[in-house]
Amino acid sequence: MSILNIQKDHSRFRKIVRGKIKENLKKYISQGELIGRQGKDTVSIPVPQIETPRFRFGEQQKGGVGQGDGQPGDPVGQGEPQPGEPGEAGKDPGSHSVEVDVHLDELAEILGEELELPKIEPKGLDKIQSTRDRYIGIRSVGPETLRHFRRTYKQALLRQISSGTYNPKNPIVVPRREDKRYRSWRTENLPQSNAVIIYMMDVSGSMGDEQKEMVRIESFWIDTWLRSQYEGIESRYIIHDASAKEVDRHTFFHTRESGGTMISSAYKLACEIIDADYPVDEWNIYPFHFSDGDNWSVDDTLTCIQLLKDVLVPKANVFCYGQVDSPYGSGQFIKDLREHFPDSDDLIVSEIKNKDAIVESIKEFLGKGK
Amino acid sequence: MSLPKHLVDAQIEIEAHARRYGLDFFATVFELIDYERMNEVAALGGFPVRYPHWRFGMEYERLKKSFAYGLHKIYELVINNDPCYAYLLEGNSMTDQKMVMAHVYGHCDFFKNNQWFSPTNRKMMDQMANHGARVRRYVDRHGVEEVEDFIDVCISIDNLIDRHSPYIQRPSSQGDSDGETTSSPQKLTARRSYLERYINPDEVIQREQDRLQQEADELASRFPQHPQLDVMAFLAAYAPLKKWQQDVINIVAAESYYFSPQGMTKIMNEGWASYWHSRIMTQDVLTCAEIVDFADNHAATMATSPRSINPYKIGIELFRDIEDRWNRGRFGKDYDECHDLDEKLHWDRGLGLGREKIFQVRRIYNDVTFLDEFLTPEFCWRQKLFTYEYNRKRQGFDIFSTDFKTIKQKMLSQLTNFGQPFIYVEDANFANRGELLLWHRHDGVDLDVKYGRETLSNIHSIWSRPVHIRTRIEGKPRLWSHDGTEFTDGPFEG
Repeated sequence: MSILNIQKDHSRFRKIVRGKIKENLKKYISQGELIGRQGKDTVSIPVPQIETPRFRFGEQQKGGVGQGDGQPGDPVGQGEPQPGEPGEAGKDPGSHSVEVDVHLDELAEILGEELELPKIEPKGLDKIQSTRDRYIGIRSVGPETLRHFRRTYKQALLRQISSGTYNPKNPIVVPRREDKRYRSWRTENLPQSNAVIIYMMDVSGSMGDEQKEMVRIESFWIDTWLRSQYEGIESRYIIHDASAKEVDRHTFFHTRESGGTMISSAYKLACEIIDADYPVDEWNIYPFHFSDGDNWSVDDTLTCIQLLKDVLVPKANVFCYGQVDSPYGSGQFIKDLREHFPDSDDLIVSEIKNKDAIVESIKEFLGKGK
Repeated sequence: MSLPKHLVDAQIEIEAHARRYGLDFFATVFELIDYERMNEVAALGGFPVRYPHWRFGMEYERLKKSFAYGLHKIYELVINNDPCYAYLLEGNSMTDQKMVMAHVYGHCDFFKNNQWFSPTNRKMMDQMANHGARVRRYVDRHGVEEVEDFIDVCISIDNLIDRHSPYIQRPSSQGDSDGETTSSPQKLTARRSYLERYINPDEVIQREQDRLQQEADELASRFPQHPQLDVMAFLAAYAPLKKWQQDVINIVAAESYYFSPQGMTKIMNEGWASYWHSRIMTQDVLTCAEIVDFADNHAATMATSPRSINPYKIGIELFRDIEDRWNRGRFGKDYDECHDLDEKLHWDRGLGLGREKIFQVRRIYNDVTFLDEFLTPEFCWRQKLFTYEYNRKRQGFDIFSTDFKTIKQKMLSQLTNFGQPFIYVEDANFANRGELLLWHRHDGVDLDVKYGRETLSNIHSIWSRPVHIRTRIEGKPRLWSHDGTEFTDGPFEG
């Protein structure tokens, strides 16, 4: 049979999908559509307009014939789609997009192209710290401890049969030197984490669900991009109101506390984490802080500025502060930061007024390539 | 990959059984392939070489994914061709392989003998490869984007064909009437010649003559003279297309026509193949150790669903029902007119005509005529069939009826024309501006406007002048139009 062309068709299809994603990227970002669709390494993206349009009947009037128990008037159960019948049953009326799995790296690449994000030059050590040996093949020389018994036996059997020295009545197989087969290995470099993202979020009463949703969307894209830039990456999550604590990812996005806001508490905790786990000369450190900018007191703001100037900004690749609009907050903090860090490349502030502004904000944060 | 010995043995055995039962098929070539290859071949519709198009890649991705998630795997794939090609999935159990083989012989017999397949090209494997070579040449010459965009457009109308045209010699609908054939007015018979001018007054005859002439003129100026169902052929012939575009549209149409009988006989074809795999396996081939595996697998294939009918299930049950009825003589005037339930229940004339009947049925029917003829109230009741309709209040589907007539009507209307709307070319010089008017023959179900809009836009890119379709939405006549940039949806007068 001749060579199949399906690979060509497939890569052509991926190319079209890529184009469509690019076209619709801003929409995906501002609607936060993709977050719930994230798998381990891939995101399943609904791609519209890729299905071929044909004249067809509207779904609702169509109805149909089914088989099973039930009386007139009973709702029709979902049922299993028929094997081999491409999604005929149970399709939502009206929606016609095709879902495609896209690798996160590819998505990051699309994001980078579309927002014209520069590549990051990682600092820190280039040297590889850990390696691992993997057995991947077979060769004809090696130490006896790695001899592959089955292969050796097979080889010997093969030789004996072909040379006519094999006797089925007395099936003794004696391997010779040239029959011996050994496992061979390759030394692989383990990807080594050398970047960390420290997410900080204000969860005081003034941060509503909508504000948190914006933070969630933004951090998803930041994550996606930074992951594509580093071999391995770690994430740490800090929430704070008047005091700060480190939490896991789920808690980070789902906690709601009430009470005041002491931003310095989070910054202090971030400093501690960096000091304890991430030596500056080896790690690329990305602290992101999201708040509605309503700090408790002027004094606390001064403490924050001090911490930033002394510790966080010098140690981090870049410190990013994103301020989401909230009906309750005064939004003072961003002004203070701008005042103390005018035109700084190492501290970037961004105002996120609504979901549509997320795209711009991502660009502001990551556009410096640091 | 050539078949290993144990499968060759199984093939020889099963083929012998199939022949003994009277199945008659093309030489059948089995190939054993792994699941990856199976997904590849299946994505291409069973043909290893086809023209390049991204949608095969999309289908491949879908199959690959649903296989990886364990949603389904393709057991078998069989191609209507001479010789008949069938693929077996490597790694399937021996029981499965034998079942698939028996099933495949059922399909092969059906392909060869069912009359609806008679006009299909039995060298389609080669033909598809030819199509591939031609399209690839156009891609080399005109660029992949241009050719692909045009194929997209053609695919979008590949359901607008006249599915019955391969079976009929139709007089050319354009005709070459040049006004000569105008019929003359009908005259009344006058018994006496002197009564002639009273019975058929000259001015009446003249008026009639003028009217007929006018009608004929009108007809002659209309193009096409009669609405034409084969929209693809019409566009290929009359749209301002380049040579290669014309060829591409014909290629897509030819493949659409090739696949059409498989759609027209889905229930029968699967039913027939299932009938035979069941018979051959249970009567001849299975060993005691295999029976449970077979039953499990067979039951999975026959699974029913409340949302759709399973063609395998309905097909096999109908064939068995027919065989039983003809074996016992449960048909014809006497049986139909018997109103004694008890007598009907125990009706057995011992005719034994069942086997002969089902072979005849597989030769001359398609799904529509099959159900029309052999679906009985008892059958619907036994199979627990029902119809369902959309419930606006609940935003879901409700069981509507278990009445025989309703079920039959619904099934037939779904199968007629593939469950596709009837769309005709009505006027190629609409509004005397060279615009194209299509006509949707409305039989109860409205068109989907979103899909309609996109499709019209695609047809516009073929016709290159504004295109319209007249249809009915919620009982009111509408005219959808697309002028290349804009879609409009307005009421239709006239």
